[in-house]
Amino acid sequence: MLVEKKLKAKVSRRQFLKGLVAVTATAAATGSSSTAKAFLWEEYFQKHYKNLSPEDKQKVFARIENETKKKYGVDVKVSDPPPLKGVKFAYGLNLTKCNGNRLCVAACQKENNLDRSFGYIKVLEIDKGTMNLEKGNRYYEGTVPKEGKFYLPIQCNQCEQPPCTRACPIEATWKEPDGIVVVDYDWCIGCRYCQAACPYEARHFNFHTPEIPAEEINPNQSYLSNRIRKRGVIEKCTFCLHRTRNGKFPACLEACPTGARKFGNILDPNSDIYYIMKHKNVFVLKEDLNTIPQFFYYFD
Amino acid sequence: MTTYLEYWLRMTQCALKGSRAYYVWLFILLVFISLGGVSYYHHLTEGLEVTNMTDQVSWGLGIANFVYFVGVAASAVLLVYPAYIKKHKEIKEVVIIGEQLAFTAIVMCLLFIFTDIGRPERLWHLMPFLGGKLNLPSSLLAWDVVVFNVYLILNMHIPGYLLYTLYRGEKPKWYLYSPFVMISIFFAISIHTVTAFLLSGLGTRYFWNTAIMAPRFLVSAFAVGPAILFIILHVVKRYSLLDVKAPVFEYFKNVMRVTLPVNLFLLGCELFKELYPDTLHASSAHYLFFGLDGHNMLTKFIWPAIAMNITAMIIVVTPKLRAHPIWFLAACILSIVGIWVEKGMGLIFPGFIPTPLGEIVEYAPNLGEIFVSLGITALGALIFTVITKVSITILTGGLRMPSEDDPFEPRIIRHD
Repeated sequence: MLVEKKLKAKVSRRQFLKGLVAVTATAAATGSSSTAKAFLWEEYFQKHYKNLSPEDKQKVFARIENETKKKYGVDVKVSDPPPLKGVKFAYGLNLTKCNGNRLCVAACQKENNLDRSFGYIKVLEIDKGTMNLEKGNRYYEGTVPKEGKFYLPIQCNQCEQPPCTRACPIEATWKEPDGIVVVDYDWCIGCRYCQAACPYEARHFNFHTPEIPAEEINPNQSYLSNRIRKRGVIEKCTFCLHRTRNGKFPACLEACPTGARKFGNILDPNSDIYYIMKHKNVFVLKEDLNTIPQFFYYFD
Repeated sequence: MTTYLEYWLRMTQCALKGSRAYYVWLFILLVFISLGGVSYYHHLTEGLEVTNMTDQVSWGLGIANFVYFVGVAASAVLLVYPAYIKKHKEIKEVVIIGEQLAFTAIVMCLLFIFTDIGRPERLWHLMPFLGGKLNLPSSLLAWDVVVFNVYLILNMHIPGYLLYTLYRGEKPKWYLYSPFVMISIFFAISIHTVTAFLLSGLGTRYFWNTAIMAPRFLVSAFAVGPAILFIILHVVKRYSLLDVKAPVFEYFKNVMRVTLPVNLFLLGCELFKELYPDTLHASSAHYLFFGLDGHNMLTKFIWPAIAMNITAMIIVVTPKLRAHPIWFLAACILSIVGIWVEKGMGLIFPGFIPTPLGEIVEYAPNLGEIFVSLGITALGALIFTVITKVSITILTGGLRMPSEDDPFEPRIIRHD
């Protein structure tokens, strides 16, 4: 808690303004400023991710690594794996196999350094015989699967026509060439319009500073995905781009014991997802909204 | 330049001088502003977690008030149009008050947004000239930023210019304000239309995704605006030297005779469209009017609000009641409150309930959020009081450029 408070002090606006005054004062008095305060200055006037030069990026990543070290005492590595050419990611989920165990939810929390109070994946327990999501229950308890129920995990659909990126007033969120919708957490102003626009409740707003057990921090971090977020910004599922752009599967898929989850490059004829699209009857959620999801469900 | 600075100095002096009642009023407002300030400081240091907003209901009282006051700002056009285009003499004498109400309401709207966002220190990201990015043309919120700022500047420039020429005893040059008046009429409609589109443009929020959102917004704005102005101008007539003539009040009555019934008619259209086909898309409407699965926080507010709107409508369409000052005042207050509920919390909150994935999480603002909203409203009232006091002093000849520096005799010129 003490560490938490210290970090809060580091990033609070009051402190920032104090820092601002101090920087100006020292700069005026001695012509130089301390590195710590220069950091704050750089953070405040940091450019949009797309406008960062490679050198800028290295500085920003180093700053984030430093912050994490200071707050949690953990060494992490921040990078930004670029989208791969000729790759378009898509997800397939076999609802016949999913049994609602929610191991995906827990794995996702750990992998993506989420605050432990929520998950990118929401699993709805729904009575067989309906697809009315309002009849679903996302807070079910007890042994699964239950008689007469089926389980519908929902996460970001990485839509082809994402209503969220269109809503954002400042381009703080956008769709990458490999189909992943990302957020620049250092650019987002926290207006939450994207959250109102999303039909899948994929977006989470950090009403409070995320709390993560220090020993569970995933040190393999990327700027646009799982680095530790701050208060007051939006975040969302990124198909674990720090893994998937390096040839691995998303954490949710690896955690799934039932084999319900399939993921891959839909342009690659040898991928699982290509096979599924070709041989299964797939459907998407809320097709009528024409968001063109890249997250496909099917029953065997 | 010195003349202009002197002008500001004299206006400030004028704003600081006043009767005892004036000071008491300002003091009360300052108390509310401080309460709001303290609450907002709490939001800043602790984060929006201390509000009652959640991932499920991610916009609350601030945005509800924002939508309401956009309407107030837009309603200035009801004075601007007859004053400048129709050359209605009596309305032209008070049009500046309408423009200043618009200015104040816009400032309040910007504050409602500013206090609601998670990272207010990053606001420069909205300003292209500082290195920010506006997501145009796709984001309606970016459009809102544009139209709001243009409307704000227009409503600073037009009354500001006219008052300054009046202060100098000169005749205003038409080309320095008339074109802007035309543009401001367009933008008055724009601010409210864009704000309606901001909500109706979200395909997943069925409760908002309706074609009559913009017309409803405008009609309700033209119902609330005259009601507020009616009360303000009565206060002005009573406590200041500015004489507000009877035709102005008649005009407001005539506007409300149309807009109050049309507002209710449009609400009826909306209700029919939601409830008659009774699809699953009507869940939010069900929640608002009848409650959903035992959750019915808003039903306790929406029905009294509709009752208020109906009562107000009956008063304004009944000649005898309409002619009676107290009854009409009651109609004004009823429609101000009724539409505030209907268009604020009755529109914004149900949009989030149930959520797109069918969860029902209710929302009611907590004390901190209420104080922030009250604080902004009080700040608006303070700004409006001060600028109206100064401008009325100028309009009635109480503040003029000293004649020894002036080649012309100071004289009262009506700007027409």
